[in-house]
Amino acid sequence: MKRVMAILTILIAFSAASCLEAKDKKQSYKIGGVFAITGPASFLGEPERNTMLMIVDMVNAQGGINGVPLEAFIEDSVGDETKAVNAVKKLINSDKVLAIIGTTRSGTTMAVIPIVEKAETPLISCAAAETIVNPVRKWVFKTPQLDRHAADRIYGTMRDRGISRVAVMSATTGFGSAGREQLQNLAQTYGMKIVADETYGPKDTDMTAQLTKIKGTNAQAVVNWSIVPAQAIVAKNMRQLGMTIPLYQSHGFGNIKYVEAAGSAAEGIIFPAGRLLAVDTVPDSNPQKKVLVEYKTLYESKFDDPVSTFGGHAWDATWILVEALKKAGADKEGIRKSIENTKGFVGTGGVFNFSKTDHCGLGPEAFEMLVVNNGKFVVLGQ
Amino acid sequence: MKKYLTTSFSKSAYVFTGAVILMAIVRNPYHVGILVFLGMNIIITIGLSLLMGYAGQISLGQAAFFGIGAYTTGILTTKLGLPVAVSFPLSILLTISVAFVIGIPTLRLRGHYLAMATLGLGEIVHIVFNELIPLTGGPSGFGNIPLIRIFGIELDNDYKYFIFVWAIVAIVLFLSLNIINSRVGRALKAIHKEEQTASTLGVNTSRLKLSVFVLSSGFAALAGFLYAHYVTFLSPGTFSLGFSILLVTMVAVGGMENIWGALIGTTVLTLLPEYLRFFKDFDILIYGIILISIMILRPEGLYGIKIPGFLLPRSKKGDNE
Repeated sequence: MKRVMAILTILIAFSAASCLEAKDKKQSYKIGGVFAITGPASFLGEPERNTMLMIVDMVNAQGGINGVPLEAFIEDSVGDETKAVNAVKKLINSDKVLAIIGTTRSGTTMAVIPIVEKAETPLISCAAAETIVNPVRKWVFKTPQLDRHAADRIYGTMRDRGISRVAVMSATTGFGSAGREQLQNLAQTYGMKIVADETYGPKDTDMTAQLTKIKGTNAQAVVNWSIVPAQAIVAKNMRQLGMTIPLYQSHGFGNIKYVEAAGSAAEGIIFPAGRLLAVDTVPDSNPQKKVLVEYKTLYESKFDDPVSTFGGHAWDATWILVEALKKAGADKEGIRKSIENTKGFVGTGGVFNFSKTDHCGLGPEAFEMLVVNNGKFVVLGQ
Repeated sequence: MKKYLTTSFSKSAYVFTGAVILMAIVRNPYHVGILVFLGMNIIITIGLSLLMGYAGQISLGQAAFFGIGAYTTGILTTKLGLPVAVSFPLSILLTISVAFVIGIPTLRLRGHYLAMATLGLGEIVHIVFNELIPLTGGPSGFGNIPLIRIFGIELDNDYKYFIFVWAIVAIVLFLSLNIINSRVGRALKAIHKEEQTASTLGVNTSRLKLSVFVLSSGFAALAGFLYAHYVTFLSPGTFSLGFSILLVTMVAVGGMENIWGALIGTTVLTLLPEYLRFFKDFDILIYGIILISIMILRPEGLYGIKIPGFLLPRSKKGDNE
């Protein structure tokens, strides 16, 4: 009996604490953000969080949206599904947010989709997987480009360069396996023959075994689909094995830190990415140029950290949401409709055209092929 | 014996009633949702506590059993369209068979071989989830797992699921309390104290340890089943070694000597991260400090810690087992 009471006391103490949550009466537009701020995907989640908060400050500095200030509630998912589910429930039920930006990773987004659909709350995901918006779900949108379009651009570039036999490497993560699937599906369309198909664990620190196998084939190029740190390791291991065939990477390579990690081995790596990374080499005539320069200057001056595509996804998501709030106000269905009707929105990831059947709004042209040249990202010349 | 049945029954009933009252107080799907996850964790740690505290064995594979239970019911209901009533026994059965096969050779040995074997099992299961893409969806996982329908009621919100989960917690608790207070329980305690002496007194030590291990895996599978039909989406990350270690930590923090210790430890470690969200970026730091403090100040676990008298209602003397 005593111990039952002890447990109950703990539980009630906790629930009492939860009832003490500040009840703010000041009117504001509450928006939520769920990012993997800590944990293995923190290099994605942190710039996303920073960017969202930066925009909220910018909007409030200009007097808010139609005079109403924005209020951001940020939660850390640690990239874990159970935590993401709890975080989204907290935002919807306790903080009563109008819409949520995030999550960072595809797995966590998939796990929270049933919740936002049931609670009828708009969600703009910063995660890559195509399954998030295919099939289209009423309340779910995303800003990163599609894996399929990245594979499209990689194969397209290879074909132009006379490559037809490729070796595929991918990490056993959601991102890696989705990319591997797209590469397999599109191979025939582009006349590619996959001569090796190797996978490795996300925490592996050496890919010599897989690359030795690939070296024994007649592959003309290697495509690696993963996120850090494997991308730098693959490049280094290829050098160590004396492999001279070109290395292509996925859009997961979109952070200059990976180039630093790989050192000279990164030279010549070709990969698709949003134009943000090579903003200096994007021609002035490109409609995105202005936004890209603006985001890069703002972010780098405020956080003293090089800009990354991932923060860009949050930039696009937050501004799309701000625009929707301007039109619809504090009405979830109105916000959802406004997002769905967004046309010609110029973001860091490309020019977005959402519709009832397309909740991503980007085409293959949103990707630019970049190459590492003297430790910098440069737009690949034809 | 009859007295024990009634007291363990009433204790389990108290826990259930207490939980339902708590739900009525918080009335917020977010908090209720956390308590649902708490219930699932408790189901696993009760089993683990039997294994650690009574049989003296450590398993680092509980997340794997949790995962096998979840994936089995998930795959059977989505890919094969089987009803939940069929997938439920199958998911438990498959999990305990795996535990049985692992347990037979390892539990014959003395020492912490079970920890090593289950550590390996956890990795193998994790790899299977990642690589068996046609069935498991690989690292991307799979969703659309149907909801549970019981007595014609679909468990489609947090409140209904809460009652369902905590009813099961009460049943699991009731079973476990009775096991402890039975002949088997006393034999287990004997093994924990002095294995050789126990076997000279006629206790079949390896068989008993095996039974408890299989039982604990069954509890984990039960929690996995509940998880799958609650979150409705599964991916391998949830069932990693990290979660196994967290479960062992919960039991250790609560106190290994007693089942109630597992309840306390699980409650504290499940709720703590959620309430530390308040501290934003400092949550992990504070969590770490609390964990270290507990281990320094209370190495035998939180169970039995003195709570100031005014926080507790007066209870009659002799009300302890």
